[in-house]
Amino acid sequence: MTRYFTQEHEWIDVDGDVATVGITDFAQGQLGDIVFVEVPEAGRAVTKGGDAAVVESVKAASDVYAPVDGTVTEGNPALADDPALVNSDPEGEGWFFRMTLADAGQLDGLMDAAAYQAFVAEQ
Amino acid sequence: MRYLPLSQTDRQAMLATIGAGSIDDLFADVPESARLDGPVAGLPMHASELAVERHLKSLASRNLVAGEAPFFLGAGAYRHHVPASVDHLIQRGEFLTAYTPYQPEIAQGTLQMLFEFQSQVARLYGCDVANASMYDGSTACWEAIVMARRITKRGKALLSSGLHPHYRSVCDTMARFTGDVLEGADPALEAKTDWADLAARVDKDTSCVMVQYPDILGRIDDMAALVAAAHAVGALVIAVVTEPVALGAITSPGEMGADIVVGEGQSIGVGLQFGGPYLGLFACKEKFVRQMPGRLCGQTVDANGKRGFVLTLSTREQHIRREKATSNICTNSGLCALAFNIHMSLLGEAGLRRLAGANHALACDAADRLAKVPGVKLINDSFFNEFTIELPVEARPVVRALADRGVLGGVSLGRLYPGVTELENGLVVAVTETVTAQDIEALASALEEILA
Amino acid sequence: MTINASGWRPEMTANEANAPATATGNRALMLEEALLFEIGSVDRTGVDFGDLPQMPAANRLGGLARNADIGLPGLSEPETVRHYTRLSRQNYAIDLGLFPLGSCTMKHNPRLNEKMARLPGFADVHPLQPIDTVQGALALIHELGEWLVTLTGMKAVAMSPKAGAHGELCGILAIRAALEARGDAREVILCPTSAHGTNPATAAFAGYRVEDIPATPEGRVDVDALKARLGPDVAGVMITNPNTCGLFERDLKEISDAVHAAGAFVYCDGANFNAIVGRVRPGDLGVDAMHINLHKTFSTPHGGGGPGSGPVVLSEALAPYAPLPIVEKQGERFVLIEEETAGADHAGNFGRMVAFHGQMGMFSRALAYILSHGADGLRQVAEDAVLNANYVLRSLSDVLDAPFADSGPCMHEALFSDSGLPEGFSTLDIAKGLIDEGYHPMTVYFPLVVHGAMLVEPTETESKAALDQFIMALRSVAERARAGDESLKSAPHFAPRARLDETLAARKPVLSYREEALAQAAE
Repeated sequence: MTRYFTQEHEWIDVDGDVATVGITDFAQGQLGDIVFVEVPEAGRAVTKGGDAAVVESVKAASDVYAPVDGTVTEGNPALADDPALVNSDPEGEGWFFRMTLADAGQLDGLMDAAAYQAFVAEQ
Repeated sequence: MRYLPLSQTDRQAMLATIGAGSIDDLFADVPESARLDGPVAGLPMHASELAVERHLKSLASRNLVAGEAPFFLGAGAYRHHVPASVDHLIQRGEFLTAYTPYQPEIAQGTLQMLFEFQSQVARLYGCDVANASMYDGSTACWEAIVMARRITKRGKALLSSGLHPHYRSVCDTMARFTGDVLEGADPALEAKTDWADLAARVDKDTSCVMVQYPDILGRIDDMAALVAAAHAVGALVIAVVTEPVALGAITSPGEMGADIVVGEGQSIGVGLQFGGPYLGLFACKEKFVRQMPGRLCGQTVDANGKRGFVLTLSTREQHIRREKATSNICTNSGLCALAFNIHMSLLGEAGLRRLAGANHALACDAADRLAKVPGVKLINDSFFNEFTIELPVEARPVVRALADRGVLGGVSLGRLYPGVTELENGLVVAVTETVTAQDIEALASALEEILA
Repeated sequence: MTINASGWRPEMTANEANAPATATGNRALMLEEALLFEIGSVDRTGVDFGDLPQMPAANRLGGLARNADIGLPGLSEPETVRHYTRLSRQNYAIDLGLFPLGSCTMKHNPRLNEKMARLPGFADVHPLQPIDTVQGALALIHELGEWLVTLTGMKAVAMSPKAGAHGELCGILAIRAALEARGDAREVILCPTSAHGTNPATAAFAGYRVEDIPATPEGRVDVDALKARLGPDVAGVMITNPNTCGLFERDLKEISDAVHAAGAFVYCDGANFNAIVGRVRPGDLGVDAMHINLHKTFSTPHGGGGPGSGPVVLSEALAPYAPLPIVEKQGERFVLIEEETAGADHAGNFGRMVAFHGQMGMFSRALAYILSHGADGLRQVAEDAVLNANYVLRSLSDVLDAPFADSGPCMHEALFSDSGLPEGFSTLDIAKGLIDEGYHPMTVYFPLVVHGAMLVEPTETESKAALDQFIMALRSVAERARAGDESLKSAPHFAPRARLDETLAARKPVLSYREEALAQAAE
């Protein structure tokens, strides 16, 4: 399984032709206490860089983008009851949605963990 | 100028602190061509309190005051007795001159009041949650249609012919620009509503069915079958209540399964005021709360563990969500909500039910008396405090003739549906606790004279 | 994702560990008050019904007579008066002190206004009474409308919008109607990034797509960027003038000319009209539509969040599209132009925005205020409002960063930022510290174009002595922050409540009273 990162602070784990998407630990730290997450429903087609989910802190709402093209297979049902999972375990239990990949080639443009750390360090 | 505390000496000292030579220097960014070098031409200069009062009183004296005549107007605005303490309390400066409670530590008075108000509205409507108010009933209707569109992702709404025509107009105005499809019609002058027809027409493209309860002609109908039909195809039912006092006597829309209930709260505490400010009420099932428009007050605790209240779920709102907000509403009807909250606290359940009983009893008396006027026919089988009669002639001139006799005798359907000849003989008559037996007799005998 | 870092994780420090406890929880004049639902009961009422008839045994309620309980508690009159009086004392208000909330124009609310609005001839009149029985009410609306049109140098006014945001909607719909009338379907409204959130929300509510226009480093609209974006798809531009940074948009006329040349319209957000009333007529700057918040510039009370009133003045180009109803003077008689009477003169009207005729109760108050000031007094209002704001700006710019201090004089509000505060101290701490000093905080974290913004609008109804004391208080709080005074982070210490847990409120919403809600609060 390989994990990639976007410049917009999403992470994507790829396992065969299925991927899991969430937001990074850095992103949750910037957002503050997460109070609500709206995840996409299964079957929704998403496009790279397009809106896929919404994450809300008390005073701000942020859009989460799809890292690649594909179709959502599942939203994380746990976030409805416990949005704080995004704060406590953003890159694990706090995942947002799973999707199929339409074009695995799009992953080539994303960062690996080391590159993302360097990217964040410059922020 | 009695409202301006600065003296000339103050102004000079302050200009010196700022480092400006004159007031004009502070307006230096205004382009030369747009600067006015003196007071705006063609307008009077300042006036004393006495002079202003004299002028406004002279304007007020040119209106026929509802309380000074036998009064039977309703159709979305009702005249009820408001206890004296309501107006006293809403004029306390800490309520009157406070802002939206964005700093909760020093706005618990407004916030707790809003929480109580939301709770009262939710219970009255039979819903889980209510918001902190909208502008009025008509704008709340449109907001509800938009909300149903967001929830169902469908763009067609069915509006009952019993919906207040001005409410329908407001929705039509907006739909013209947003592309929503609204299917509405004028009512028929008959005892039964069009709800069975709506239940037959609702389909999988329908976002919502909107019905008024009691409706514009005063009719009351059971919502249960309509709710079942709508839910069967994934559509919502929105109920509109223009007379909240009715819910002291009849089952609430929420209890009958309505998904969103909106309406006008003016009856409780607010007064007639020639149409505004009024009080939009908005409530729904809990599962839809994040799609609601407007402000919401919620309970929480402070850093010391004490219960307190805050505005919450504000990411739905325009100041945070900008073009993705659930509505553009910002200022609402806070002080009217307070008046409602206080009046409803004074009434309590026992008082509201007693008040509703008195309204219905007087309305029954009036309906019976008016039905005895030769040529007059009562349309309604069911009603609360408002019903429709059919006159043998066009009702609009009759209403004017009644006014000439000092009787404000109702709202003609010709006023509400201009040009609709099938309705022009209809007269909507509202009877609240402010109406006496003498008033009813005055209306009936004046009608007899005019129709003779 | 887009990270909006104006997020929320305030310090939540308990701050009353050392205060002596009282048995009641009260602290002298600071009185705790339970919820209505905890002190009232469903069988108690504060209203006597005398000899009013009872519900008839044979009702005509269509078989829907209420059986179930509603659950509405009642109180006697003395309990009611005490409940709400106690609640009121937990509020800050203009009547208590300076209320420097930027963009909100929290000026004194004259009590003459209240008295006039309660005249039975205005307060006890039904909106659907025959026209001949409401001539005075229509005359008042007409007279106020004439003032607004003249003060702004515009052509017409739509009186019915219920608040500022509703007025914005009115203006945008008039623009849309005008474009549709010439068969021109445009899709985009441009809003500066510094705009209040209602502007883009309104444009979207009216079916438009919204695009941002950047600001220049000096805090004004980037004219070149705006001009570059104009084109056949742009319906209009929404501009706030004076803008949300407290500056006059000196290029507005040039912008208007360019927008008009591109076939579009200029909407001006009039929230800040108080700064220029009587000194500048927006009509002279090429504005096509502008709402006027009667609850800001013209002193009608804010009432804890409304009601407001947002009449919209319209240019010659947009006047034909004004919504119904319209009050018109025909000879000596006032008439209400509605659907049936619109005729050829008002054929372009875009319909009705509200059930009735607008906020009459606000019109009577605003007219009382306007007549009291007159043309000379209103001009003085703008001058004193601007003078007071500049006085605050220059008196504090040594302890608080004023990002646009070099952009010229401010108008009616002074803008500061959190730049210069030490690590760990935020705008929120300054705001909460100000509460302990006995003030309502300024507007914070708006406009978004300035980091940690603090927007101070003193208004013209503050004396120099009141300003001096406020300046002293804010200076003290700013100096405490700069000195790293940790106690600021748990401020306020002396308010009815310490900082409230907004995260809990949003994660587990409790929006109406339920018995189990009590248990949660006690946890």
